Amino acid sequence: MSEQTVIEARNLDLTFQTNDGSVQALRDVNLTISKGEFVSFIGPSGCGKTTFLRVVAALENPTGGSIVVNGMSPEEARKQRAYGYVFQAAGLYPWRTIAGNIQLPLEIMGFSRAERKARAEQVLDLVDLKGFGGKYPWQLSGGMQQRASIARALSFDADILLMDEPFGALDEIVRDHLNEQLLALWARTNKTIGFVTHSIPEAVYLSTKIVVMSPRPGRITDIIESPLPRERPLEIRETQEFLNIAHRVREGLRAGHEPDV
Amino acid sequence: MRRAAVPVLVVLGVLVAFWYAVAVPMNIKGVLTEAQRAGVVVVPESGADRRAASAWRLVTMNLSVVPDTWAQARPRLPAPHQVAIELWETTAQKKVTSKRSLVYHGWVTLSATLLGFAMGTGLGILLAIGIVHNRVMDMSVMPWAIVSQTIPIIALAPMIIVVLYSIGIQGVFPKAVISAYLSFFPVVVGMVKGLRSPDAMQLDLLRTYNASQAQGFWKLRLPASMPYLFASLKVGIAASLVGAIVGELPTGAVSGLGARLLAGSYYGQTVQIWSALFAAAILAACLVGILGVLERIVLRRMGGRT
Repeated sequence: MSEQTVIEARNLDLTFQTNDGSVQALRDVNLTISKGEFVSFIGPSGCGKTTFLRVVAALENPTGGSIVVNGMSPEEARKQRAYGYVFQAAGLYPWRTIAGNIQLPLEIMGFSRAERKARAEQVLDLVDLKGFGGKYPWQLSGGMQQRASIARALSFDADILLMDEPFGALDEIVRDHLNEQLLALWARTNKTIGFVTHSIPEAVYLSTKIVVMSPRPGRITDIIESPLPRERPLEIRETQEFLNIAHRVREGLRAGHEPDV
Repeated sequence: MRRAAVPVLVVLGVLVAFWYAVAVPMNIKGVLTEAQRAGVVVVPESGADRRAASAWRLVTMNLSVVPDTWAQARPRLPAPHQVAIELWETTAQKKVTSKRSLVYHGWVTLSATLLGFAMGTGLGILLAIGIVHNRVMDMSVMPWAIVSQTIPIIALAPMIIVVLYSIGIQGVFPKAVISAYLSFFPVVVGMVKGLRSPDAMQLDLLRTYNASQAQGFWKLRLPASMPYLFASLKVGIAASLVGAIVGELPTGAVSGLGARLLAGSYYGQTVQIWSALFAAAILAACLVGILGVLERIVLRRMGGRT
C-alpha cells in the first residue's frame, strides 16, 4: 500500500462567533491521514472532533491554518465527490424506499437510471441488506437503517468515508455487530475512514490511528498508531495489546481533562 | 368502525333532542297567536299578558299546542325535520337548473370556492417558497400576510366586489378572489413550516452531495412539506367556502348559497336559511373529506404507515 496522503491539516484553527463571545473549537490541529487508514477521533463533548470532520467535509470553514483533502481545498474535494458522510442519525427520507434513499446522491450527481439501480444493488450487498431495497425505512430496525445510511454514503464510491458517531444511538450488541461489519467493509473497499466516537473500545477496535482530543479549546493531545493487525476478530478486545492501547487512550483523555467537571 | 358508531349516534341523538326541546319555547308565542286567531282557547288570553310571560311558563300552560311549535310555516327556529324536508325538497325533488334548487345554488358557490381555493393555494405555495428561500421576503411578506387576516372579510368583501366591478370584472371571479384571500393564509403558514421542517443534518447531507438549491427543494423540502400542506388545505378549503358565501352577500347576488341565506332573511324564511346553512356545512364536510382521502392516497404512496 502506498503512503499517499489524503488529508493534511496544518496549524488548523477554528473559532466560532456566538452571542456569548467567541468559542475556540479547534486550536493548532496538525494531522496527516494516509490512504486506506482508519482514523478514530475520540474525546469528550466539545473537543472539536465533530468540528474537525465537518472541516474536512467543507461544512465548516477554518479561521486559521490550512487543510488539504486529496491535494485540494475541502470545497473543491466535495465537488469532486471525494467523500461520503454518515451522520449520527440515519436520516433516511421516510417517503423513499431504502433503494430510493441510496439512489438520492446518485440522482443529485446525475447518474443514469440503470447505473443508479446497479450501484444501489451493489452497496446494499456491501452492507448486508440485500433484498431490503424495496422496504421503507420504518420497516427496518435502527441498526439496519444506519447500515442503509452507510450504503448511501458508499453509493457514489468516494475514496473517503467520514462517520460522525454513526453507531452512537445504537445498543451495544448491535454496535459490536456493526463494528465488525464496518471493518470487513473497510478491508474490502480499502477506503480511508474518519470516525468520530465517544467509546474507547470502539476506537481501539476499529482504528489504525487514534486521535485523542480534549476540549476548551479543542486540540489534539495524543495520536496513537495502533500496532494491532488489520484483521481483527471481536476477541482481540481481550488481548493485552488491546488493553494497553485502551489504557493509553484513557491516559490521553485524562491528561486533557480539566478537573472542573 | 362499528364501535365508534354508537357514541356518535348517541351524541347526534342528544343534539337533535335538544334542538326539538328549544324549538318549543322559541316558537310558542307565535304558535299561540296563530292558535288564538284560529279560535282555539289559549292561556292567558291577552296578547300583552303573553308577551310579558316567560316562554317556559307559556309552554306549561298550553301543552296541547306543543306539536304545533314544530310545524309552523315561518318559525323562529325550525324543527330538525322541517329543515331536513326542505333540504330534501330543494335538492332531490327539484331540477338542478331550477332557481329553487339548492344543488344549483350550491354549484354556483362551489365553483367560486374551487376557483378561489386553487388561486389561494397556488399563491400560498408560491409565497411560502419565496419566504423560505429569500431573506427579504421572509422579513417582509409574513407580517403583511398576518395583517391581511386581521381585516374582517365582511368589511373587505364589498370593496373587492366594487373595485373589480368598476374595471369590468364580475361573476364568479370576484367571489373567487375573496375565497383566495381567505384560503392563501393557512397555506402560507403551513407550507413555510413544512418547507422548513427538514433539520440541519438533512440540509448538511445535501451539501455533502453538492446539491443545488433547486435539488434541495424538489428532493427534500417539497416532499417533507406534504403532511403540512394537507393540514393547511383542509383549513383553506373551509375558509374558501366561507369566502365565497360572504362574497355573495354584499352584491345582492341572486344565486349561490349566500344569496339563499340573504333572501331567506329578507322574507323571514327561516326554514330556507337553515337549509342553506346545512347545505353549506355538508358541502364543506364533503370538501374536507375529499381532501382527507386525497391526503391518505398521497401519503400512502409516499411510504406512509397507514
